[in-house]
Amino acid sequence: MGEPMIEIWVYLAQTPLLWLVTTIGVYQGAQALSRRVGAPPLLNPVLLTIVALVSLLLLTATSYEVYFDGAQFIHFLLGPATVALAIPLYQAERKLRQVLLPGLGALVIGAATGIIAAVLLGRLVGLDEPVLRSLAPKSITTPIAMGVAEAIGGLPSLTAVLVILTGMVGAIVGREVLDLLRCRDQSIRGFAMGLASHGLGTARALQLDREAGAFAGLAMGLNGAITAMLVPPLLRWLGL
Amino acid sequence: MINALLSLLVFQLLGEVLVRAMGVPIPGPVVGMLLLFGALKLHGRVPDTLHKVSEALLNNLSLLFVPAGVGVMVHLNLLRTGWWQLLVTVIVSTLITLVVTALTMQGLVRVQRRARGGQTDG
Repeated sequence: MGEPMIEIWVYLAQTPLLWLVTTIGVYQGAQALSRRVGAPPLLNPVLLTIVALVSLLLLTATSYEVYFDGAQFIHFLLGPATVALAIPLYQAERKLRQVLLPGLGALVIGAATGIIAAVLLGRLVGLDEPVLRSLAPKSITTPIAMGVAEAIGGLPSLTAVLVILTGMVGAIVGREVLDLLRCRDQSIRGFAMGLASHGLGTARALQLDREAGAFAGLAMGLNGAITAMLVPPLLRWLGL
Repeated sequence: MINALLSLLVFQLLGEVLVRAMGVPIPGPVVGMLLLFGALKLHGRVPDTLHKVSEALLNNLSLLFVPAGVGVMVHLNLLRTGWWQLLVTVIVSTLITLVVTALTMQGLVRVQRRARGGQTDG
């Protein structure tokens, strides 16, 4: 690199603007690429973006702290965006009243299934006890999941990774799985995606259908509370 | 525009405060969502600008998860031991959760419809 190039890099590496622009740019590029090849599930734009950005950060030896300095402006919008889910939910209010009781039933069964399936499968493939504890709250949104992991003797940072992976699974194959089940009711499709895959599932559901997105957001919120309450007694029941 | 953004932030703030005051394990923004839902019910309709701002945010919700997702890089070493066991567990258990939730809700909707005398939903 010549002198001016180095000067430019020194400037860019210090300003949050670089990683803010890169994040949005890479995401737009990933979306365009995914659309061009017919949006196959595995070329999920969020997955592509995360893989590309992590590679870029590792290649340029940039720490996550420096990256987050710029990316935090995007991250911050998660809060108001979650509040904004009230609008599609309000627009689907008639449907909400119709499926309220079935939804609450599915909430309890689904939440318990998420915890039990993760722990039993993990045990089956031979994972250690702290890892099993970290797996238990993986279907819920990161801040609650990390809090639960901490309280039950899991590893909160491992839980954070597992939560993101869980969200990606729902976002990538949720639609295809629900199609296979011939589940056509958008409120049910959304509810299942939000419950199993929290925010990333909700974002995907919202792309597919507004009503599905509204119910996904609702399921995500309710599951956060229910799973936090169910994890300690279920772990005891599972002998952990 | 600013008013709409302000109201989203105010409801988030209310949610955050309420969650801490009551010590419940729900994220503040989710409580903010429920509060805004209640406010919309009282108001009776969605104000135009609020609708526009919300659409702009929700249309790009996936993008908003990217910074947290990139955070996985910090803990990649945690996956080094037993990574395939973890991956299999996460994938299979998530699929089971998705399927069980959808089938349970579908079944309960049917039961409810029958109990209510077979009335069809619009």
